[in-house]
Amino acid sequence: MSGFRTGLGRARGLGASKHGVGHFIAERGTGAALLLLSFWLIPFALAAARGGYVAAREMLGSPVNSALAILTLVVGLYHAMMGVRVIVEDYIERRSTKAILLLLNALIGWGAAAMGTVALLKLTFGSGS
Amino acid sequence: MVELTLPKNSKVGKGRHYPAPDGAEKVRRFKVYRWDPEGQGNPVWDTYDVDVSACGPMVLDALLHIKNVMDPTLAFRRSCREGVCGSCAMNIGGRNTLACTHGWEEVSGAEVTISPLPHMPVIKDLIPDLTLFYAQYESIEPWLHTVTPEPQKEWRQSEEDRQKLDGLYECILCACCSTSCPSYWWNQEKYLGPAALLQAKRWLADSRDEATGERLDALEDPFKLYRCHTIMNCAQVCPKGLNPAKAISEIKVMLVDRTI
Repeated sequence: MSGFRTGLGRARGLGASKHGVGHFIAERGTGAALLLLSFWLIPFALAAARGGYVAAREMLGSPVNSALAILTLVVGLYHAMMGVRVIVEDYIERRSTKAILLLLNALIGWGAAAMGTVALLKLTFGSGS
Repeated sequence: MVELTLPKNSKVGKGRHYPAPDGAEKVRRFKVYRWDPEGQGNPVWDTYDVDVSACGPMVLDALLHIKNVMDPTLAFRRSCREGVCGSCAMNIGGRNTLACTHGWEEVSGAEVTISPLPHMPVIKDLIPDLTLFYAQYESIEPWLHTVTPEPQKEWRQSEEDRQKLDGLYECILCACCSTSCPSYWWNQEKYLGPAALLQAKRWLADSRDEATGERLDALEDPFKLYRCHTIMNCAQVCPKGLNPAKAISEIKVMLVDRTI
């Protein structure tokens, strides 16, 4: 219940936070980048699936493949994090739950990106096992 | 906040049945949402077997017939009866529209289900509380903002610039669009909704206005503007055939334009 607060007071709320356009551009930018990266990823994944671990490791030895794999991973996770953030904002109203979920989203996303990047670099530089 | 089921005090029970009068020529059943704030109970569905041969072709005609002949306690808003005022916006056959321009024959199925605009507080029966909706419209400051001293005559506008307001100025603020939008259902305290944003675009598109930047500043917010996920319910239900989702997308493009 909003008590005796006026309608305009409720509508104005805390005012505009003056951000959002960056998120909007990043969502579309990463989406477009992932579309382009998929032209590399799909043939790469098919070849890796056919050739097994040794073949995948060999392909990742190429700097181009390695860079594209890291880009796909980081851009994909960043895009997913932005999507999950919007879902949490949409559906969760309780401030503490929302804050915890947004924090978890960032931790899991950036954590996975860091671990995945290290793993790919290890494969690229030949110390993967 | 998301509510996937109705709260306990909003569950709709079975109400009274009003049979058709003897000698009725053509009977159509209307199932109408009823809730009396002075009563203690939950809302109910009352059913009215209306002799539609005795009333006009629109749902509003049937509702007026019910009120005049069968049950004077039924409450609903209406005024112009020609799709101009937006007062009789309600949910008819599962779709938000105006009762005065929607024919009961257009509703498929055995009965015509009528309920208030969704996810709004109900004042009584088919009357929703639109206080916040109107305040959101007021919050976008729907009037001309200028710094330049007023001209001796009117603010002039070219024909081409005037045409940029087409598809925007026709909005009658019936609230069909906003109350059909899931984003507005879940976050209506923070999201301005399709109707207010369509009107925001109307003032952003006005060549005479000198506060475009300030208007964009006031909209740039993850909730006020960016809760629109182009679900497009707004464009589907608008009884005036407008496209609020397109207007919102154009605001987003304006914000991008001043960034890159």
